[in-house]
Amino acid sequence: MVATVEPTGLTMHELTARYRRGEIAPTEATEAYFARIAERDPQVAAYLTLTREQALAAARAADARYRAGAPRGPLDGVPIAYKDVLCTEGIVTTCGSKILERFVPPYDATVVARLGAAGAVMLGKTNMDEFAMGSSTEHSAFRPTRNPWDLERVPGGSSGGSAAAVGAELAAAALGTDTGGSVRQPAAFCGVVGLKPTYGRISRYGLIAFASSLDHIGPLTRDVRDCALLLHAIAGVDPHDSTSVDEPVPDYPAMLEGGVRGLTLGVPREYFGSGLDPEVEAAVRAAIARLADLGAAIEEVSLPNTDYGLAVYYIVAPAEASSNLARYDGVKYGLRAPGGKDLIDMESRTRAAGFGAEVKRRIMLGTYALSAGYYDAYYGRAQKVRTLVRRDFEAAFARVDLLVAPTTPTAAFKHGDKADPLAMYLNDVFTVGGDLAGLPAMSVRCGFTAAGLPIGLQLMARPFDEARLLRAAHAYEQSTDWLARRPTLA
Amino acid sequence: MISREEVRHVARLARLHLTDDEAERMREQLDAILAYIDKLRELDVEGVEPTAHAVPLVNVMRDDALAPCLPQEQALANAPDRADEFFRVPRIIED
Repeated sequence: MVATVEPTGLTMHELTARYRRGEIAPTEATEAYFARIAERDPQVAAYLTLTREQALAAARAADARYRAGAPRGPLDGVPIAYKDVLCTEGIVTTCGSKILERFVPPYDATVVARLGAAGAVMLGKTNMDEFAMGSSTEHSAFRPTRNPWDLERVPGGSSGGSAAAVGAELAAAALGTDTGGSVRQPAAFCGVVGLKPTYGRISRYGLIAFASSLDHIGPLTRDVRDCALLLHAIAGVDPHDSTSVDEPVPDYPAMLEGGVRGLTLGVPREYFGSGLDPEVEAAVRAAIARLADLGAAIEEVSLPNTDYGLAVYYIVAPAEASSNLARYDGVKYGLRAPGGKDLIDMESRTRAAGFGAEVKRRIMLGTYALSAGYYDAYYGRAQKVRTLVRRDFEAAFARVDLLVAPTTPTAAFKHGDKADPLAMYLNDVFTVGGDLAGLPAMSVRCGFTAAGLPIGLQLMARPFDEARLLRAAHAYEQSTDWLARRPTLA
Repeated sequence: MISREEVRHVARLARLHLTDDEAERMREQLDAILAYIDKLRELDVEGVEPTAHAVPLVNVMRDDALAPCLPQEQALANAPDRADEFFRVPRIIED
């Protein structure tokens, strides 16, 4: 007897191959996911909202298309999850905040609309740090999410619900967002693939704004091929987002093969300093050695302003957030606190009641940095240092094709371990650079700690060079058997 | 050092009610974060152009053509309080 593989244990491309062969139908896979969610999500808490009815309706439509031999493409009938920062028409979208607890968007985000048109089946909306501010999903106003490899540990953040859903096999894939590392860091912590593409590569229409010069949408998937498939479906210019860039979208899934021979990979020395956990360093160094075995040339490079990048980020992101979050005033949508004696009093009470501690902290920090007398000293200076960070990458990419480094300084930490805000911020030290410079960057699984926690290898590329980034990540992934390992929970 | 008065001033600008305890905790935390951020002063940024945006996009234009927009009912659907076709707020102007 041949062992049957649960549909929830498959990558998207494996699942759709079975759909095409008629071995399983999208409704069966969707039901299998909801059964698994009912069983496991009480422990993981990856989801805030499940959309069972809509999912089954979408799956039935996909069933019919496969039966007719006319699926819409490589994502038809694939059960996926969306971070609750992405607007979904008619489905509550909270952004992990009490202030939007009952907000029902009147339209879909462009990425949601594109995946819906490709036949993808939305299972639900995933948990996150409130307004995407955090690195552990402990700042969700509703509940913390747990790491599928160790329930005592955090899944990372802010896209912790999406990463945990993919890692715990509670969704075939998911979308998250990355402003300072919020796709790549939880991807590393949960042992999944996470990509933050070039700034402007993916439309942000319908993404609830945090820091507009830094916010990116990105896929979280089981393997690199799935990542290429999702990116290909959602990339491209959008008339609804004037910051989306009109660059042709290459056929990423068709460009995965070819390996790394002939590529030069840069190893930024500043990413291997003090603070890097020895187990993480050993796994990343071994991965770089593997890439060398596969034919890549390895060269050490320097990104001298790496440490300053984090300080730049914690000025620029709060400053932009303080402006973006001014819209939550208890007037047009969201919570309104009672008892306001005039408009300003009502707004101040509403924001005090609706925002959590971390969001308030960042609004205060950003307002301070932008206020009269401090603008030049903080925001103005940070924008200039952001130029220096960008130039570091430009100089490195004049010599090398890709950069390879750790995604995070450590593997997943325990709930409550980073109660001090600054300690939490330091977790983003290797990821903020990609956001500040707008470069494509991704995390792939490159090993495990002795305690069995996944470790992430980060790859970065020149703007709009996602194809080469994915090709190298695919070559590495295919040369290892890390993906064979599944979380204890699975 | 950020003072208690500055915290109060910034909270007013940001439209955030803070209790005395919250204001004091906020002051301590902002102090620690700003002390870290002060490392940016070590760098010489004389003559460096600021980066506001990672890609060089300027003035994205489109045709000034009429197109459907969000219907009024939908735009008002999430309002905490409304009167007819308006958002209703606490009184701003005295009688």
